[in-house]
Amino acid sequence: MFEIIIPPALILLIGAFLVAVSRPGMRPVIALAAPLATLYAIWQVPDGILLSATFLGYEVQLIEGGPLRRLFATVFACMAFAGVLFSFKQAKWYELAAAMAYASGAIGVSFAGDLIVMFVFWELMALFSVVVVWSGGTFGSKRAGIRYIVMHLLGGILLKVGIEGIMIHTGSVEIRALTLDNFDTWLVFIGILVNAAAPPVSAWLADAYPESSPTGSVFLSAFTTKTAVLALILLFPGQPLLIGIGLWMIFYGIIYALLENDIRRILSYSIINQVGFMVVAVGIGTELALNGAAAHAFAHIFYKALLFMSAGAVIHQTGKNKCSELGGLFRSMPLTTVCGTIGALAISAFPLTSGFISKSLTASAAAESHLTLVWFLLTAASAGVFLHAGIKFPWYVFFQKDSGLRPRDPPWNMQAAMVLLSVICIGLGMFPQLLYALLPYPVDYEPYTAAHVVTQLQLLLFAGLAFFVMLPMMKRTLTISLDLDWFWRVGFVAAFEKLEAGLNAARRGLGLAAAAVIRRVSAELMRHHGAQGVLARAWPVGSMLLWVAVLLAGLMIARYA
Amino acid sequence: MSERDAHKDHWLVRPGTIRWLWRIFGLVLGLTVAAQLFVEVHGHFGADGWLGFNALYGFGTCVAMVLFAKLLGFLVKRPENYYRDDDV
Repeated sequence: MFEIIIPPALILLIGAFLVAVSRPGMRPVIALAAPLATLYAIWQVPDGILLSATFLGYEVQLIEGGPLRRLFATVFACMAFAGVLFSFKQAKWYELAAAMAYASGAIGVSFAGDLIVMFVFWELMALFSVVVVWSGGTFGSKRAGIRYIVMHLLGGILLKVGIEGIMIHTGSVEIRALTLDNFDTWLVFIGILVNAAAPPVSAWLADAYPESSPTGSVFLSAFTTKTAVLALILLFPGQPLLIGIGLWMIFYGIIYALLENDIRRILSYSIINQVGFMVVAVGIGTELALNGAAAHAFAHIFYKALLFMSAGAVIHQTGKNKCSELGGLFRSMPLTTVCGTIGALAISAFPLTSGFISKSLTASAAAESHLTLVWFLLTAASAGVFLHAGIKFPWYVFFQKDSGLRPRDPPWNMQAAMVLLSVICIGLGMFPQLLYALLPYPVDYEPYTAAHVVTQLQLLLFAGLAFFVMLPMMKRTLTISLDLDWFWRVGFVAAFEKLEAGLNAARRGLGLAAAAVIRRVSAELMRHHGAQGVLARAWPVGSMLLWVAVLLAGLMIARYA
Repeated sequence: MSERDAHKDHWLVRPGTIRWLWRIFGLVLGLTVAAQLFVEVHGHFGADGWLGFNALYGFGTCVAMVLFAKLLGFLVKRPENYYRDDDV
């Protein structure tokens, strides 16, 4: 039988191109159809390496199928569809086309059969995602986009040098578990972690995403960090360093989200927090943990996009994006309130939501691996997620004080996208087998035990109590929070200016000193050899005779004394 | 807001409703702890199986995180236009 395998990423990329060049009337049709066609193609990809080509003299594997890869590609394609549905009436054509090309990059990475192909699609994501950031259209988004692309190109260079090193030293670009025992693998590791928003460069995420358009941030929330999680699962499973990095990200996300006033920046910090859970799971590295990382990525993409959609709907309808300016919107935006709250409950892992069935896999893996401290920290973090995203976000946007704003629910396509994702969040929570069946390893885990439900409810509801008890301490202020990006936005710039000023002063000082030396030398020369100089002026004859007499007297004394 | 205006507001935010919401919330909190009397919770590490452990732990850690964020805020909070990204 003759079978043609079409790379799924290519379908979406062609779709993105067609959206860019087609008539405005055709755009929504193509934009909605392309992700669905891609999804169909994803499910036609069987396991194993399927498509090889020659690139720069190397045999490259364009497509490699497998359950883990299919899971990620599936969620990326679904997200592309939901994102297009949310934005096709509101977004500019270039934002829509770039977002689709960005998603195709993520799907390309998912199926990449070797490191070269992975790198090519990795850069495709960076290039098109920055167009999505720039589509924010403000001065702030322009500058944030430049910082974003510089960060990602730097990460890409590290990745590229690492991959080249692996090619030269091992002769193979196969995707397999690597160990951190040489310079090459370290570079690959760091390059991937840049995209995962790991410390010390986590700040790029909360810097760039909130500057995009209300529709753009929905796409941005989904792809970059999760492809990094997939790459970590494929290349560095069980790397213990990841546990520490992930825990740092988890608590960094919570603390910074608590300090934040911009609603999309709260959600951005929350992405770092959630990716932290996945990174910890990859670090634990057991089959249960890797299942947990994959399941959590899958569930997370949907509820986080739902949260960004509700935030985007609010910003689209009100033009405001700060907690301190919003509030009381439940009166006039009931559907957005309900959908945003479902997203908030799902991210908090309430029973009957997708977060409940996915997050607990990681915690159980920590317990089974007897990582006591990790388990206690993960449990505290679960409470913290409810605190910073589960309550804080809906509370400040939809409830708290009455801001006086009475915006209506957003246009129908935005509503439809939010309802679609709400149904997915609750559907996965009610029927966990839907997700568990897609996971890379067989799942022998039952999330709905009485003990699990009771302990989880205790944890979350008492975290909720803490929120309302501590509410007076969380008064919103019109501030931003400094992060490590201060160093490259202010610190290094100031240091460079200082250095420049110092060098300038040194140059001026040296010039002055040189001039002084030259003046001094010429003055001395003038004194001795100038017209009146002791060695050059005309001496009277009398004084010469005097000195000759002195000389003769001296000789006589020396001779006869 | 006077008492008369308060009645005109949405029913969900009237002081009476909020009092009831607090009562119900308190009841639910009590129930989740009481449920542990009927549901055997096997802790992985000992302490996590105690009665009300998750309640206390969730509350305590959240208070700690809020306090830590507050303290860190004194160090890292800056006015919104600190980076002057909106200047053209």
